[in-house]
Amino acid sequence: MSGEPVKRPGASPPAQATDPVAPMAGAPIFEARDVSLRFGGVRALTEVGFSILPGELFSIIGPNGAGKTSMVNCISGRYRPTQGAVFYKGRDITALTPNQRATIGIGRTFQNLALFGHMTVLDNIMVGRHHLLRNNFLTGSLYWLSRARREELEHRRAVEEIIDFLDLQNVRKAVAGTLSYGVRKRVELARAMALKPDLILLDEPMAGMNLEEKEDMARYIVDLNEEFGMTVVMIEHDMGVVMDISHRVMVLDFGRKIAEGLPEAVLRDEHVRRAYLGEEDEVLVDPEDAALRPGRVA
Amino acid sequence: MTTLIPAGDFKTSYAADTTIFPTATSRNFAIAGVVLLALCPLVLDKYWLSIMIQIGFLSIAALGLNILVGFTGQISIGHAAFFGFGGFASPWLSNHFGIPVALSIPLAGVMTTAVGLIFGIPAARLKGLYLAIATLAAQYIIEDFLGRAEWFTGGVAGTIAEPFSLFGFVFDTDERYFYVVLAWMVAMYVLATNLMRTRDGRALVAVRDHYLSAEMMGINLTKYRTMSFGISSFYAGIGGALYAHYLQFVSVEGVTILLSIQFLGMIIIGGLGSIMGSLMGTVFMVLLPELMGAVTDALAGGAIDRALNLKDSLSYLREMAIGLAIILFLIFEPDGLAHRWKQVKAYWKLYPFSH
Repeated sequence: MSGEPVKRPGASPPAQATDPVAPMAGAPIFEARDVSLRFGGVRALTEVGFSILPGELFSIIGPNGAGKTSMVNCISGRYRPTQGAVFYKGRDITALTPNQRATIGIGRTFQNLALFGHMTVLDNIMVGRHHLLRNNFLTGSLYWLSRARREELEHRRAVEEIIDFLDLQNVRKAVAGTLSYGVRKRVELARAMALKPDLILLDEPMAGMNLEEKEDMARYIVDLNEEFGMTVVMIEHDMGVVMDISHRVMVLDFGRKIAEGLPEAVLRDEHVRRAYLGEEDEVLVDPEDAALRPGRVA
Repeated sequence: MTTLIPAGDFKTSYAADTTIFPTATSRNFAIAGVVLLALCPLVLDKYWLSIMIQIGFLSIAALGLNILVGFTGQISIGHAAFFGFGGFASPWLSNHFGIPVALSIPLAGVMTTAVGLIFGIPAARLKGLYLAIATLAAQYIIEDFLGRAEWFTGGVAGTIAEPFSLFGFVFDTDERYFYVVLAWMVAMYVLATNLMRTRDGRALVAVRDHYLSAEMMGINLTKYRTMSFGISSFYAGIGGALYAHYLQFVSVEGVTILLSIQFLGMIIIGGLGSIMGSLMGTVFMVLLPELMGAVTDALAGGAIDRALNLKDSLSYLREMAIGLAIILFLIFEPDGLAHRWKQVKAYWKLYPFSH
């Protein structure tokens, strides 16, 4: 690797005053109203409703197959809810496509790595700037004769700030597909950050990481939230991390919301315990199922 | 593969880190290469010049196909039809509307882009084999149109194209036309290189590598898949127009599906997703028959010929040898000539301490 010096950003990113204990009051940045999602006969989500306040670090937890990723996909636009609606900054975004949602400030990472494998790390992150850049195939082709060059360089600077933040300097010019798992996860976070989102969705950012990498990632997420002022929605299985850094937690099981609240409260919740211990829970018994099968549901 | 930069060559600005050529040496070599090419008409004979001109206009079209197939991950087996459309559009513009050839060539590119976009809109929703069939349909539809539209192409008889001229200077000999093709080629390759290092070029590669996350990054998939078709058609149109004004005659027979397959062969051999690979592949595909021809000519009447009684079979052998060479090439260098070239460069950069 070449060791070109990195220009340090002069000013730190705009800090937003957030109190980790009591999230900012006011209008929610995101709201899901009675979101249901069905795939044929499979109910992935059933009437899930919640709202996220600006500046919050909001976690969604639940056993495997609970519908966590389906919920995030409804926020990011991968799936359109069968029923219900999703609102972002007070606006109904249910009908928007994923690329339209990216331009209004929703960014995400994926559970399974979804980097552009043949591009360099730098280019991967630059793709995140897509909706912020204005040059097109004509001005881009004319590079020196248009504003494209200046614009690209300005955004390169912004990208370098993210590279600095996530400690990716040494892999800047490496091809993304050749990197190790933990680094790729960080590159993915960098790419999502490059979108300059107000709401960032992290789908299992710590899956498959060792303790040290998890600690680093937890630090980055807290910084994203506190220093960069992004509202974070996180799916994570590591309860220690979730309980430590989340402001609020929502628990899903079998596509239904079974609890929502402060981490400690959720941890004590009876329904949550049952969900994780695999016990039967009356809140999960579907009225339709109950009608079909009177008596105990196995 | 990461580009190897010599030790001590530090970049002190982002501008210096985003140049086309990684080092000053590589840039100087490229400039020297173009200057050397510009001297070719002074020393080479007409035969070799015609081959180089061929390489020139074919490589422009091949680059267009590489943008579509190699960089965007879409497939097209109708590229020759767009090449042909450009080849007819330029003489049509200059013959019927009196537009000077220097202007009709880019205009033909724009017209071909429009046609490419029409076929690209449905293609944006298709992938893989289905898209292959859709572009196959485009090939036959356009080919049929070119064969029938007498007002546009002169029908099966073909059409006469005026020679290229600029400010009264006529580029009607191979020596002169060589510079026209060279200028276009350099310009088109530079434009493509710039495209691929800016926003829309990155978006195209993102669509190829992971379209779901590309969409999450704010990239409109339909727009970019269609745009890729348009850009690819523009390059095909320019290549075709240069071909028309070189031969000063075009007929629909030259732009069959066989040429489409050859274009695909060029970019696969040269390297999918590599700009210089498009040129290398074109050189390979144009020179291989020449080389094989030279070999069979040398064999003819020789000892081997007499011993095996080959005689007429020699010309078939030539065709078979071309096929064999391509197959062997794909087995031993599936990533294309551009990849091999990088490895050669890396080898000499690290020599003798390659480990």
